[in-house]
Amino acid sequence: MVLPSPEPRSAQQVRSLTDRGRAPWPLAIPAAIGATFLLLPLLGLLVRAPWRGLLRILADDTVRQALLLSLFSATAATAVAVVLGVPLAWVLARSTGRASALLRGLVTLPLVLPPVVGGVALLLVLGRTGLVGRWLDAWFGFTLPFTTAGVVVAETFVAMPFLVITLESAFRSADRGLEEAAFTLGASRLTVFRRVTLPLVAPALGAGAVLCWARALGEFGATITFAGNFPGKTQTMPLAVYLAMETDPEAAIALSLVLLAVSIAVLAGLRERWLGSGAAR
Amino acid sequence: MTRMPYRHLAAAAVLATALATTACGSSGDSGASSTTTSTTSSTTSSAAAVSGTVTVFAAASLKEAFTTLGTQFESAHPGTKVVFNFGPSSGLATSIVGGAPADVFASASQKNMDQVTAASLATNPTPFVSNVMEIAVPAANPAHIDSVDDLAKAGVKVALCQAQVPCGTVAAKVFSNAKLTVKPVSQEVDVKSVLTKVSLGEVDAGVVYVTDVRTAGDKVKGIEIPSDVNASTTYPIVTLTKAPNAAAAAAFTAYVLSADGQAVLTADGFAKP
Repeated sequence: MVLPSPEPRSAQQVRSLTDRGRAPWPLAIPAAIGATFLLLPLLGLLVRAPWRGLLRILADDTVRQALLLSLFSATAATAVAVVLGVPLAWVLARSTGRASALLRGLVTLPLVLPPVVGGVALLLVLGRTGLVGRWLDAWFGFTLPFTTAGVVVAETFVAMPFLVITLESAFRSADRGLEEAAFTLGASRLTVFRRVTLPLVAPALGAGAVLCWARALGEFGATITFAGNFPGKTQTMPLAVYLAMETDPEAAIALSLVLLAVSIAVLAGLRERWLGSGAAR
Repeated sequence: MTRMPYRHLAAAAVLATALATTACGSSGDSGASSTTTSTTSSTTSSAAAVSGTVTVFAAASLKEAFTTLGTQFESAHPGTKVVFNFGPSSGLATSIVGGAPADVFASASQKNMDQVTAASLATNPTPFVSNVMEIAVPAANPAHIDSVDDLAKAGVKVALCQAQVPCGTVAAKVFSNAKLTVKPVSQEVDVKSVLTKVSLGEVDAGVVYVTDVRTAGDKVKGIEIPSDVNASTTYPIVTLTKAPNAAAAAAFTAYVLSADGQAVLTADGFAKP
């Protein structure tokens, strides 16, 4: 038996497919459920928010300290990640061989590692009695746990891989021809990197830094394990939200709203400049 | 392009992962347990026979004693399984009020139990033990702590429970009795995290329950707090009204209150309520 072949679509019908992009229902329904699933909890925050008491809660010293600390430490962690992560991404992108493949895997490990495990590992290495930490303490009398520097270390550990992987692929896809041209014209390797390669990957650097910053801002597990919890010193917003949930859920909701607002502001403010141009390339 | 730097980096990375893996292996699961719903509670109606899973939410300080009690209870009642969720009493109370499917709640303070009874999720909790505080220092006692007063000295790193957790509240009472102002470096989520920071040597001292020092073995050293400044807390236990496995929950609660149960708790250093 021969099946009747379907009528060929008219050009107009084809245009309507691309124009309106109406999804067939087996795609549309899961898509709608997926979108609802992601948006509903955020809506829940808005609905349950103690709008009237909001100002009072947010004027609280602990909250202000937590917010400032979070903004400061996430920014500092991003700065450290840029300083160390850009060269690391470059090395990973430009090297070949088994060792570098292994290194690439290991560097991105914190991406999949539960952050709290990262915190435990940091404590065992950089803690006061840790492998490296004990020498820091003995020689300089300097210990990382329970300090704001410890928070930055924990956040950098968890967030830097986001910057590294974003940049590594950018370095890979950057036009080597331009670098070679600059090199043949007599520029040193460092000058080529600074004047040619870096500008080429600038959009990716921006996107990577934003991702890194956002991840650092939300860091919880490694921070509470490695840096402990003390208001104004190591108690970042996520810690404050978690701990407030035990005693004052309204305050936890208010704090969550602040984090939500910060996240939206970051996305909205930087999308055009960085992510947008990064995607357009 | 030289190749040496990569080798160094690779070596460092291998080392880092090795450490991370070791950390992962040795830290393990700190006792947070999954909650399994009981499937066999309603089929057997005989009063004596209890079976199925009992989910017990208990204060972190009860971890060792209750784990022993759980094993004993399971062998006394074949077919039962006791699943524990140990944590800060304040956090446990919030989860129960939030609808966590628990059968039994054992709190380290009346205050957190009140949260649960106020939400009509339990009635008539029974006090079953009490506990007092002790200073825990790393085995080597690097800061030479030998009294409560030493905790207020500059440069001494102290970890405490955060204020809303019972061990934090009781520690604050000790300091007010001793007329001391102690500035901790960290306010930990529960008493076991304070103990961990002490046993790792990250802090010079922590204020925990006497029972925690006893169960920690020789990793930490205890420094007694004189009874005129020490403070205590009473632990209530209750079978929750919405217990998924009410029969077994009641049996477990009764076992904790029984002479056998009390013997286990006393052996760990708990006092009569």
